[in-house]
Amino acid sequence: MGSLKTYRLTFLLLLLVLFLSLLLNISLGSVTIPFKDTLGILSGNLANESWSYIIWNYRLPKALTAILVGSGLAMSGLLMQTLFRNPLAGPFVLGISSGASLGAALLIMGSSFFAGITGFALVNDVTITLAASLGSFSVLLAVMAIAIRIKDTMALLIIGLMFGSITGAVVSILSYFSDAEKLQQFVFWSFGSVGNLSWLQLSLLTVIVFIGTSLSVLSIKALNALLLGESYAQSLGVNLKKARYLVIIATGALAGGITAFAGPIAFVGLAVPHLARQLFDTNDHKVLLPAVIIYGAILMLLCDVVAQLPGSASVLPINAITSILGAPVVIWLLIRRRKMAF
Amino acid sequence: MSSVSKKVESIQSITPNSILKVKDLSVGYGFNAVVSQIDFELHTGDLAAIIGINGIGKSTLLRTLGNMQPPISGEIRIKERLLPSFKPKQLATTVSLVLTEAIATKNLTVAELVALGRQPYTNWIGTLSKQDKEQVTNALHLLDLEQLQEKKCYELSDGQLQRVLIARALAQDTSIILLDEPTTHLDLYHKVKILKLLKTIAKKTKKTILFTSHEIEMCLQLCDTLLLLTGNNNPFGTPSKLIEQGVFGKLFPSDTVSFDTKSASFRIKK
Repeated sequence: MGSLKTYRLTFLLLLLVLFLSLLLNISLGSVTIPFKDTLGILSGNLANESWSYIIWNYRLPKALTAILVGSGLAMSGLLMQTLFRNPLAGPFVLGISSGASLGAALLIMGSSFFAGITGFALVNDVTITLAASLGSFSVLLAVMAIAIRIKDTMALLIIGLMFGSITGAVVSILSYFSDAEKLQQFVFWSFGSVGNLSWLQLSLLTVIVFIGTSLSVLSIKALNALLLGESYAQSLGVNLKKARYLVIIATGALAGGITAFAGPIAFVGLAVPHLARQLFDTNDHKVLLPAVIIYGAILMLLCDVVAQLPGSASVLPINAITSILGAPVVIWLLIRRRKMAF
Repeated sequence: MSSVSKKVESIQSITPNSILKVKDLSVGYGFNAVVSQIDFELHTGDLAAIIGINGIGKSTLLRTLGNMQPPISGEIRIKERLLPSFKPKQLATTVSLVLTEAIATKNLTVAELVALGRQPYTNWIGTLSKQDKEQVTNALHLLDLEQLQEKKCYELSDGQLQRVLIARALAQDTSIILLDEPTTHLDLYHKVKILKLLKTIAKKTKKTILFTSHEIEMCLQLCDTLLLLTGNNNPFGTPSKLIEQGVFGKLFPSDTVSFDTKSASFRIKK
């Protein structure tokens, strides 16, 4: 397999781009802070209390969240595409984001339903995160329970999509009966956001993404064998069931954790692995995994810059930006299918 | 205790290089046996073929031998050891496969694909050692793929891809290589080329090669032994022995195809 060394220069360049994107992301926002001063605050040489507050407590956590979200979603997208041998698979094909949506929807819109029973339901950032995690975790458990029973990986893909349909339908019914205010709150959640995370929430997300990344790294060898198909992988000594669980749990942790904290963010997971394959022209996961981690982070940082509409006070929904950038990529991939690197 | 071990020794000395031994095997799906009463034995360096008409269960037998599906009854021994007692990793260093199913992605270079054959030997992340690289180079050399090694698999012809898959199995460095229909989709020249390559590999590397095939006439000329699947009575032996027994004459309905013993070939009835 092509070694990491072959791609050293490309990786160095990507890391440089990542660093620049990070600086760009931090230096731009609704409040104009000159670039020189941003660097000054980051290096601790400039004392401007309000700017310092904005950068340390707002922009930096947001930038770090964007990195975690982008890298994590890109990784889980790569895992799913290899496991299902399907270039259109993404982090949410197992119904993880639909599960999160259901959790959030039940809390936000269901609270008016059950208000008579539960009295006053507390709807805030923390409870929404909890509800979304519970939702995605339950769907993941259901998918795992089925994964034990079935042998065919493709059937698992369809079952994941079916779960997505069911939860989507329940969310629709809830929306139908909701009042405008609750509906708006839910819609805002579904826009996704990488801002508003406290340092504590951020560290929790970091731990989740770290666990997901470790499991992905442990899956590298099995994923490479799976490039030949399941029968060949098995004949190479890969324990298919164990590999499948490892990949599902890694994806569950990454996509589930990220959706809980940042909402359902589309297209990054689907598009980044393809972008990485175009640049690196290999399918070796030893190269692709670090590549999608860096690529995903860059893409998310830049999407966040666009979403911020630098200089203005309004913020566009990040989910819309990723889709606006992501959808053309998918279309472009389908048009040049002959050369689709998969 | 010592008498038992002596007995084992004496059994081994009678068949010093028995690699694959199949006894009273039935294969199929669920409880439905497709073929039963399969008995045969292969030795080091044997080139053997499983032949028979379409749908008789050649691939099912091969899949069973490769431990991809359980047998219905009977036993399979590899180097005197029962097949189910092999751990996945041990089996991966003992039996390698070349299958008919398309590989999941063709966006791999020839060298990358062949190197995947080294997986049972590499560390947890799959780093190739010096020895692994040597084995890959040898396999590429033996199948004359050196010029193609940087090509992507989607750029290859069917015959070239088949050679690459055989090289991958060879790089896996197992005592047994099982191939399912290695010559389908190939023209006459490439069919012969692949079969002759298998013969060379078996003799040069002392590996035992077993493949399924429709090319009965070619197998009669090239293989050391043949297993003819007919459903319940499955003759096994050297080509000349099987011709003597007259098993090929009954293979197809006699009003369409007959077997000419002298030329060891089939004749179409006009």
